[in-house]
Amino acid sequence: MFICLENVHFSYFQNTPFEVQALRDVTLTVERGESVGIIGRTGCGKSTLIQHFNALLFPTQGTVLIDGEKIPKKGLQLREIRRKIGLVFQYPEQQIFEETVFDEVAFGPRNNGMSGENLEKTVRWALESVGLDYQDLYKKNPFELSGGQMRRVAIASVLSMRPEALVLDEPTAGLDPEGKRLILKKLKNLREESGTTLVFVSHSMDDLALIAERIIVMDQGTIGLDGSVRQIFSQGETLEKYGIKPPTTTRIAELLREKGFDIEKGILTAQELSEQIEKKILKAGNK
Amino acid sequence: MLGKSIAIGQFIPIESPIHRLDPRVKILVSAILIIILFIVKEWVSFFLIGSFIILLNITARIPISYIGKSLKPILILLAFTLILQVFFTPGDYIWEYGFLHISREGLIRGLFIVVRLCLLILCTALLTLTTSPVELTDGLESLMSPFKKWGFPAHELAMMVTIALRFIPTLMEEADRIIKAQQARGADFESGSLIQRAKNLIPLLVPLFINSFKRADDLAIAMESRCYRGGIGRSRLRVLILRKADMVFLGITLIFVTLVLLLSLMVW
Repeated sequence: MFICLENVHFSYFQNTPFEVQALRDVTLTVERGESVGIIGRTGCGKSTLIQHFNALLFPTQGTVLIDGEKIPKKGLQLREIRRKIGLVFQYPEQQIFEETVFDEVAFGPRNNGMSGENLEKTVRWALESVGLDYQDLYKKNPFELSGGQMRRVAIASVLSMRPEALVLDEPTAGLDPEGKRLILKKLKNLREESGTTLVFVSHSMDDLALIAERIIVMDQGTIGLDGSVRQIFSQGETLEKYGIKPPTTTRIAELLREKGFDIEKGILTAQELSEQIEKKILKAGNK
Repeated sequence: MLGKSIAIGQFIPIESPIHRLDPRVKILVSAILIIILFIVKEWVSFFLIGSFIILLNITARIPISYIGKSLKPILILLAFTLILQVFFTPGDYIWEYGFLHISREGLIRGLFIVVRLCLLILCTALLTLTTSPVELTDGLESLMSPFKKWGFPAHELAMMVTIALRFIPTLMEEADRIIKAQQARGADFESGSLIQRAKNLIPLLVPLFINSFKRADDLAIAMESRCYRGGIGRSRLRVLILRKADMVFLGITLIFVTLVLLLSLMVW
């Protein structure tokens, strides 16, 4: 049990006429090393949910446990929790403020008291983890970079705190396909190399099919579905009720099967689908 | 999320005859009442004007709690003025203790100023409580447009106010998001010495400014691409038209004010 929410309720503007209930009785556990995708309609509470993971929001009812420990209300331990669980907001490049890429990426670790050679090593590692060249960039002004590069600098600036879990809110939103692919690849590498837990909010099912192993579907502040990617994405009709369409490849496979082709259920990537089709063609050729 | 549902200003969106009035008429009436409040010096006049304003508040169906709320911010100012006037005006001493003394003149003068200030606030609150910010700027623009002849930028001013009002919730939301994003990177906005705290605001203010400038650029381009070129020849969605009710209301106010002035002259 790494991140654990028990019967969490949350309301914005509590006890005012503007009160809005954003989370209702959410119970969920994320294990160390997992790769979890969170999906759901706009306004279903995804962003609110992930802000509970690192104590930016506190439940109005229920408990949040990180590593088996209850989240304290205040004090230095909060900083430790926020270091442990790195949260990358939507459009994170909008939070950049330093004059050089180095200072920007060093902001987090400096706040946690890191300095000297150690700091430089960490910044180098963080930049390289997102596929940026340290020598090339560290002295540059981050505002001169391209959109995709700025996004990666911003992700590196959270990575530099060496979080044990990385929670990302739509990390690929608004990027070109190349930039998207690159970020997803780097995140996947990161998980394989350093065992970082990944939680990933996204509207793009195609992205999730590439990177997530488990999918949580949110609906009106509650958890609608929770299961493995294949399991979730093969339930086309149920998903539609939650306003979600399975990834393109899964849908193509589904259409082919409807037309009478013998293709397995729960296909996620183009690779898998092309292998299946190839097999069918070879079989037909042999006949 | 934050700020989305926070109302700007004090406007209460309900139905009432006062709400329906033309904003220009409401601005004019408030201005007239404010001027008159500064001219008159008799309790009778104060009483009459006060009753008039309260009558308007009742017609506007404004809850009493809101009237109290609008007086709250100036409570300290009121207390301060009262104390100054009461203790430091020379005249007939009716109470003395050491160097402290209360004079009859001071007491009267103090109460006078307090009542005047309260009525001023009630009068302006009536305007802002019953007129939406958009109506208010529309009204101001229309009232100021005669001065355009002398190069007064009435339309531009109104447009600026409208844009400023429009972006207050957006900015609040954005500040909230950036604060959280920096907190997620271990930033501290809550502790430290005053200088340290000011320094800690840099990670919030720099992105906030940069994003605002970007947004300003975008908005300018969006307006230009829809052929916005200032107020000349521009038509509007809500055209301000003076109706009968507006004229009647303005007439009543003018008659009332003239009567009060006459009365005040006679007493004098």
